[in-house]
Amino acid sequence: MSSPEMSSPDMPTHDMPTRGPARPGPYVITGILLTIAVVVPLFVPAYSVAEPSLAGMPFFYWYQMTWIPLTSALVAISYWLVSKEDRRRRRAVRDTTDAGEER
Amino acid sequence: MSAAAVPLAAPDRPINGVALAIVILLFVLVAVLGFVAARWRRGEATGLHSLDEWGLGGRGFGTWVTWFLLGGDLYTAYTFVAVPAAMWATGAVSGFFAVPYTIVLYPIVFLLMSRLWSVSHRHGFVTPADFVGGRYGSRALTLAVAVTGIVATMPYIALQLVGIRAVLTVLGLGSAENVLLTDLPLIIAFVVLAAYTYTSGLRAPALIAVVKDLLIYLAVLVAVIYLPIKFGGWGTIFDSAETKLGATNPATGKPVGVFIPGAASYSAYWTLALGSALALFMYPHSITGVLATKSRNTIRKNAAVLPLYSLMLGFLALLGYVAIFAGTKPIDLNGTVNPQLVVPQLFLDNFPSWFAGIALAAIAIGALVPAAIMSIAAANLFTRNIYRDLMRPDATPRQEAKVSKIASLVVKFGALVFVIGMDQSAAINMQLLGGIWILQTFPAIVAGLYTRWFHRWALFGGWLAGIVYGTIAAYNVVNPVTKANFGGSIAPIPGTDGQVYIAVVAFAINLVVAAGLSLLFRALKFSDGKDITRRSDYGADENDPKVAQLEREHPLTEPGGPAF
Repeated sequence: MSSPEMSSPDMPTHDMPTRGPARPGPYVITGILLTIAVVVPLFVPAYSVAEPSLAGMPFFYWYQMTWIPLTSALVAISYWLVSKEDRRRRRAVRDTTDAGEER
Repeated sequence: MSAAAVPLAAPDRPINGVALAIVILLFVLVAVLGFVAARWRRGEATGLHSLDEWGLGGRGFGTWVTWFLLGGDLYTAYTFVAVPAAMWATGAVSGFFAVPYTIVLYPIVFLLMSRLWSVSHRHGFVTPADFVGGRYGSRALTLAVAVTGIVATMPYIALQLVGIRAVLTVLGLGSAENVLLTDLPLIIAFVVLAAYTYTSGLRAPALIAVVKDLLIYLAVLVAVIYLPIKFGGWGTIFDSAETKLGATNPATGKPVGVFIPGAASYSAYWTLALGSALALFMYPHSITGVLATKSRNTIRKNAAVLPLYSLMLGFLALLGYVAIFAGTKPIDLNGTVNPQLVVPQLFLDNFPSWFAGIALAAIAIGALVPAAIMSIAAANLFTRNIYRDLMRPDATPRQEAKVSKIASLVVKFGALVFVIGMDQSAAINMQLLGGIWILQTFPAIVAGLYTRWFHRWALFGGWLAGIVYGTIAAYNVVNPVTKANFGGSIAPIPGTDGQVYIAVVAFAINLVVAAGLSLLFRALKFSDGKDITRRSDYGADENDPKVAQLEREHPLTEPGGPAF
């Protein structure tokens, strides 16, 4: 559980991990989803046009409004993925500490 | 208050008695709630005599309360007034960017804020500067983050008063001749706000936010359904906006505004959205909302559900266009056009008095919630990072709470003097600068959540470079009509003609300087500073032991460890 930048001499040497090691899968997928949620709404050339309009609203306006629920959904999926992995990591570290309780 | 103010109204602005009565009624209701909040979920042992209790509401707000609290905190009265005002006056680039801004905000919050929550929970950090101090052990850097936070927050509080004033003006309270009596309702509102913030702390805005948010959802929902039907659909509304914004402004010879951004405005549009999104959760009041939550995942869950407010903000922005079609005339007391009156005036012109009263009350109360949280956040920064760090390192929690309560009064009083004593545009200019400045604390706060690679003095250097560039660049923007400095937040990237948000360029300079100096300082082997955080702190949750408890059970090997 240590990385080069964490092992400076000033660091407290005793650390009790709260979570077991991460599996990259959920974090990679989350990263991709959140990147989409940031980059796509900011790519203005894709949507700075008037047509097709929706109920009298130019594309520029209703397209951006549509991205609000879409982002919400992407964040919700990310939440589900990450919290599931988080629970697994906490279980993993609990199991090992319970096993080594005689310490 | 109402009876005394009636004869003072300017003759061209009659008092709307019914609407005013409803605004006063709801204001009184909210004030009572504010005082009652002191008893809500009260910690039995300590009362409100610690910053955790007074300044963070006991650190126990769950998903629902947090949703209302952060909704009320981030989507302020000034937002409700200024965004449609910008749409009405100059269109999409200065107004509608608020929509992509509040979209990309939430993935960023999702990534960053639960780590900040965990490390703060473990160590009892109350402010972002507390974290920077614990991570880097640098007094200068801590102070830089704290002072930037306080200075950026002050004009933001002042602008909430501007929001209340827009409502009061439209209601007919105020006179062009007697300035003091015009400001009297504002002063009364703020004294009441200060009193219940003082007694109840963060619990007051949390409880009031529920009322305020429900009212504002009701007002906007009714407005976006009823008004387009009344005016013959969105098509005609957008047509009239396109006509107005496409017309030539005689003062500049350019179009009045932007209906759909052309290629020249792309970079301004997306950098405004991105820069504002990166900056928002560096503001102390946003972080206060995050640290008041119960568990690591509360803020992440909220990142998925808070966008409902963005949807409301998007429709509210479009009300600026509705006002163009409706021919709303936002005439201020002195007879000039004040775009900020556009939405309150639209409500008053087109709704029955009683409903206009509810909508205007929602805006006015919407100013009280963020003003309270901002003053608490600024007071916590002062108490923790100036009073405790510099003057009284051994301050007890009780003393901290006391100092913070008094500081919150001082901060609010300062904002009031700012708005009443100075020109309104001074507050707006300062707020514009505040947005640029607060983004310069991003590297110190956020990089520290992931890595200690940056050197503490390098981060300070980057912060300084960003602040200096941002301030100069903002000063050099000249309003084409009035020839005043601080004319906007868009400037060309130095050496090019690509127009972008100044804060983003300052941020890039900040990062480059911080990275370059880090390499240099590491090569020179400058002292790195003491880091009291551990790797496990960044993933800790509510049931994990706090540092104080770990110290007791597993003493650190080095003597005289962290004092938290």
